[in-house]
Amino acid sequence: MTLLEVQNLNVSIHDTKVLENISFSVNEGEIYGIVGESGSGKSMTALALMGLLPDGATVTGSAILSNTNLLEISEAQMCSFRGNTIGMIFQEPMTALNPVQTIGNQVAETLIIHDRAKRSEALKIAREKLNRVGLTEDQFPLDKYPHELSGGQRQRVAIALAIAMRPKILIADEPTTALDVTTQSQILNLLKSLVKEEKMALILITHDLAVVSGLADNVAVMQTGKIVEAGYTNKVFREMKHEYTRQLFSASNHTPVRTQKLEEIPLLEIKNVVRNYKLPRESIFARPKTFPAVRDISFTLRKGENLGLVGESGCGKSTLTRAILGLEELQGGEIKLEGDVVTAGKKLNAKIRRKMQVVFQDPFGSFNPRHKIGRLISEPFYLMQYKPTRDEVKREISDALINVGLNLDDADKYIHEFSGGQRQRIAIARALIIKPSLIVLDEAVSALDVSIRAQVLDLLAELSSKFNLSYLFISHDLSVVRNITDRVLVMKSGEIVESGDTQKVFDNPQHEYTKELIAATPILPKHLN
Amino acid sequence: MIKLPRTLVFGSILFFTFLIAALISFLWTPADVEILNITSRFKLPSAINWFGTDHFGRDIFSMIMVGARTSIAVAIVAVGIGILLGVPLGLWAASHHGHWLDDLIMRGNDLVFAFPSLIIAILITAVFGPSAFNAIIAIGIFNVPVFARISRGGALSIWTLDYILSARVAGKRSFRISAEHILPNIANLLIVQGTIQFSLGILAEAALSYVGLGVQPPTPSWGRMLADSQTMISFAPHLALFPGFAIILTVLGLNLMGDGLRDILDPRIRRTQR
Repeated sequence: MTLLEVQNLNVSIHDTKVLENISFSVNEGEIYGIVGESGSGKSMTALALMGLLPDGATVTGSAILSNTNLLEISEAQMCSFRGNTIGMIFQEPMTALNPVQTIGNQVAETLIIHDRAKRSEALKIAREKLNRVGLTEDQFPLDKYPHELSGGQRQRVAIALAIAMRPKILIADEPTTALDVTTQSQILNLLKSLVKEEKMALILITHDLAVVSGLADNVAVMQTGKIVEAGYTNKVFREMKHEYTRQLFSASNHTPVRTQKLEEIPLLEIKNVVRNYKLPRESIFARPKTFPAVRDISFTLRKGENLGLVGESGCGKSTLTRAILGLEELQGGEIKLEGDVVTAGKKLNAKIRRKMQVVFQDPFGSFNPRHKIGRLISEPFYLMQYKPTRDEVKREISDALINVGLNLDDADKYIHEFSGGQRQRIAIARALIIKPSLIVLDEAVSALDVSIRAQVLDLLAELSSKFNLSYLFISHDLSVVRNITDRVLVMKSGEIVESGDTQKVFDNPQHEYTKELIAATPILPKHLN
Repeated sequence: MIKLPRTLVFGSILFFTFLIAALISFLWTPADVEILNITSRFKLPSAINWFGTDHFGRDIFSMIMVGARTSIAVAIVAVGIGILLGVPLGLWAASHHGHWLDDLIMRGNDLVFAFPSLIIAILITAVFGPSAFNAIIAIGIFNVPVFARISRGGALSIWTLDYILSARVAGKRSFRISAEHILPNIANLLIVQGTIQFSLGILAEAALSYVGLGVQPPTPSWGRMLADSQTMISFAPHLALFPGFAIILTVLGLNLMGDGLRDILDPRIRRTQR
């Protein structure tokens, strides 16, 4: 039975069209997937259904749910729909919960607001719902606060909150994007079983084709505010009638062509590296305890090699990265770059620093918003012994911009004028400008859309053979690591649990944890490739 | 074209009126404020004496102009002391976050904050003698922790960003990072706080002069004019009215300016207001 019928939904914000003729219908007990890249309007569709569009938005069309047109009712009426008939979960579990309220109160609050229950009764229902999402009473009593929970557990609380009123429809906007793969698969399984048992409909919004293909009954592919293709998931993905769907598919499995030659010369040697963090003192007289973030790690990166370092959040990969960059003091072991020892702090001389550069994940936080591009990408020149003249710097800036596929006049622009993908190119230009031998890519493509990611990966492959670069590729995304690295290291709680040729490790994982990681990674069905 | 907030426009008009009056007073005032003319005392506002005359027959309009000069000069220098000492301290503390130096600086700030500022200002001027210079020092000292705290807070959030990490990878020291990357990005905060401290400085100067510990006669100051008029308020209220309004309007203008500046400089607030 059709539950929600959306017809000709149009949304424009300040005269800019953001959604055009969106029509779809969702049945009871169905998972409806909406896939698309950023800016395609998938989140906007959800916000329009919830009546949460930003100021200045005008909506036309209809969205019929229980004989009511959601697009025409007043804010007061909408309030009784939200949470009650439609529930929603968001991407970021860290900010979706109120930090100063217990989880029990937050779940109970929805019930009280909608006059479903008195406080004592509401708390009882909250307990049931938390049990339902897998947070049992003995470990997660109602008086826990959000900061005592991990990201995945918080997302479970958010789900409990959304299903507390037994809504008919649950909208999940990128519910697992901020989570680790193993947590992601648990949350997806939970959503799946909820739909089945509670007879809800789920609208799953995501950029990840693999997630949708494994979960959704029906799917709509969106591009620039329009649905370009829709239908049964299997059928859509098998036939791929629209050009854009095909593009998305090939991009998400993109393997760049690498012509880089591997030499048997060690570039980066890591020997028995230990990094302990001091924990806060428990009392004035107690000695502060330490937390081992990196315990006794050794590996070698050869010249021209692409080495992957995979692990979930908290495994110590960021600490290791920072140690390699000479930003963390070590408590043991040694890091050598082309035979020179890397030490932290002021002692590290520019000669070693010059040989390595870094590209970070977040294309938005990686640049000082008050400097122009030319100044931003020439910052590493600070390391050069020989201070280049103004003209030389200018030439180097132009070269770097051209190398990463940007225009010469971009040097005089500010960072906010660029998109995420362009910013990542600028970050690569900054890393490239002093011709280092090693570039550390810290989740460098994780925040990018699949098609942009494919372009950036191609660019990285091209640059590595052009300038004889080696990459240390740090990521939680196994599919990317699989496509671009020669060798891979799997890290868990500060230790490397498995290492070897990428293909071998992925095809035949030895360690339990690696097996678990690979099993949890959603993959596109084989016949679709 | 950015539409300026009304608070900013109105506040600036108020404040700049007094600023211009203060600047003009260096060159010209309707009458000399140091010449007494007992025969024409307690004159009500008229075409000759716009705001009337006081108990010594001095032109109140001229005194307000010169008083504006005193107030603004004291406040500017006091805020300047706060920024010049406080901001480097705050930035330094932020760049040594977690180090004992950070704790030392911030606990030192707490210590200064713990004293009631006006009482200490009175103590300082009482010990070292009442003068404009001592008033400036006294007010300035209490601006230091305000700016230290605000710049440390702003700096800490910027230190966590990736572009700071990449500047460190480029081998830059914390001093250089603070100057190049942090300071420009907390300038907004400092400008807004600066305007607010400025208005507090004017109030503090007026208060010190009121109790006779600020600028010494014959140099006119608003606080002193208020104090002098106190006993005559029943038969010559205009003596108190004009300096009183001068203080209120300048402080109001500066506070409105601060609000307005925050609205245009802080993008988060700007977004929600649209």
